[in-house]
Amino acid sequence: MAGDNGVPMPAAQMQIDSVGLSFGGVRALSGISFNVYPGTIQAIIGPNGAGKTSLLNCISGLYKPQQGQIRFEGRNLIGLAPHEIARLGVARSFQNIELFRHMTVVENLMLGRHVHMRGGVISGGLYWGAGKREEIVHREFVEQVIDLLEIQDIRKKTVGSLSYGLQKRVELGRALAMDPRLLLLDEPMAGMNSEEKEDMARFILDISEEQRTTIVLIEHDMGVVMDISDNVAVLEFGQLIAYGTPDEVKAHPDVIAAYLGHQHAAH
Amino acid sequence: MQSGTFHSSYSSDMGLRPYWPMRLRIILVIVIMLVFPWFAGRYWLNLANTIGIAAISAIGLNILVGYTGQISIGQGGFMAVGAYTSGLLAANAGLPMWVSVPIACVVTAVVGALFGMPSVRLKGLYLAIATLAAQEIIIWVLTHGKILGIGESLSLPPETSNLFGLSLAGSTDFNFYWLIMGCLVLTVIFVSNLFRSRAGRAMVAIRDQDIAAQVIGVDLFRYKLLAFATSSFFAGLAGALTAHYRGIISWERFTIETSILVLAMIIIGGLGSVSGAIYGATFMTLLPALLSNVSRAASGVFPSFSSYLPYIQQGAFGLAIVLFLIFEPEGIVKMWRNVKDYFRLWPFSY
Repeated sequence: MAGDNGVPMPAAQMQIDSVGLSFGGVRALSGISFNVYPGTIQAIIGPNGAGKTSLLNCISGLYKPQQGQIRFEGRNLIGLAPHEIARLGVARSFQNIELFRHMTVVENLMLGRHVHMRGGVISGGLYWGAGKREEIVHREFVEQVIDLLEIQDIRKKTVGSLSYGLQKRVELGRALAMDPRLLLLDEPMAGMNSEEKEDMARFILDISEEQRTTIVLIEHDMGVVMDISDNVAVLEFGQLIAYGTPDEVKAHPDVIAAYLGHQHAAH
Repeated sequence: MQSGTFHSSYSSDMGLRPYWPMRLRIILVIVIMLVFPWFAGRYWLNLANTIGIAAISAIGLNILVGYTGQISIGQGGFMAVGAYTSGLLAANAGLPMWVSVPIACVVTAVVGALFGMPSVRLKGLYLAIATLAAQEIIIWVLTHGKILGIGESLSLPPETSNLFGLSLAGSTDFNFYWLIMGCLVLTVIFVSNLFRSRAGRAMVAIRDQDIAAQVIGVDLFRYKLLAFATSSFFAGLAGALTAHYRGIISWERFTIETSILVLAMIIIGGLGSVSGAIYGATFMTLLPALLSNVSRAASGVFPSFSSYLPYIQQGAFGLAIVLFLIFEPEGIVKMWRNVKDYFRLWPFSY
């Protein structure tokens, strides 16, 4: 981490500040605070039910936390509708693939361009002049994403007919088509074989390095997490139990306890 | 064959009909449409016009139900709004139809958007009931509409049926054929374009996965209302054309039975497809006509057949819907696609 060796800490791109969320009597998140720095890959790990996806849902506006603030580039996201948060440059993928199944790959990615386009019902229906040019300009952008993710051969296929691994990749593509400043990935490698995982890790690193997109990543595969992330936040029972570089987190006694049980931690 | 077609620009790749068999078919359809009225009698012209109006209404409903996934059984009511707006403007203010019909479409779009408001909170069956309320409210206003000056029925002065001074009265069926088919072609082009561009894609996204749609930046409320408004716009067009074509309108033409009939058209034709709506409208209009022709032919052998005709027609509707739901839930458009797929590989299909 930058602060350690005297280099000034960069300003946080997103500040999660004592976020608390409960459903009725169940507390899903309590007092979560950490910063996400621009251009980094921030992993969130933790056992099942720790509140990782709930935290992501708070960031993208699907859940409204009762306490705390989430400031993205200085703006509090809490209280904004999901589509308004998307417009600020936050994109995400889902744990269970949430693609538009009856549309083609290109159409799914074109939907990722929605926030950058302006055409309405009338300009779309006429499909003439500026309305048509806009579609073509954004199609060119979508083709760049298709090239990056190496899905040229399936661009006209209906998404519902694709394999699981490809669907995951298309979902990443749809988020990328938004040209986001913050990319939230909820278990992008779940259920993949090791080859598919390698591909996905490569794409995530490409995105991080070439486009300097900040990435927040939930993942269960510890090998991947420790390899590619800059910072790791560990959640357990809705609380942040550790935060730091992969090496710091790996050595943290609470993390070892959470993953391996208390006896191991004592040794 | 579709293979061997290489597009060298995104514009041609994104075309509506990118392959030559598609272009050939559409040219054929246009030629038939142009030649048909010169040979058809009044009976067939009347059927064609009825199909044309029904198709416009069905395409409109498909925007809402098939593409956006918001179930509506208020289409008949919205058609009534269009018919009466245009009719009252013609009868009371003497406006020609090229003025009153566009006004009617816009008014219906606004009314549709208003009744679409519950869609923000309601989905599926609950929304269907809310649109049923819209249907009943509109018909109630029309039957109790003394304030609007509506009696049991409303006659439109024939001289208002003119396009920029060109009168459509006289051989009404023939003249209206061109107007209705013109409107239908424009509707088809507009809606096909809509669903290959941003706003239409957003509507389909809402149907497929509304949470994901929100997260990529689609404002659900806005696009659901837009879908209601656009859908109602075409319902209004269909209603207004009905009013001028028939010259006399009454609320009985726009009851819940009409709403369900239009819904049946898009289910049988194919949800979420422009051509499906046209196939469905054709099928549902020709079916009763065919049955009454059969009954007339059979009246020599079975004299009592014609007295049962209304029941047989009703039963045939129900049977058609049930059979389609069992054997081809994706509708006529899927059957047609199967035929095309067969011939795509012909003569090597197996």
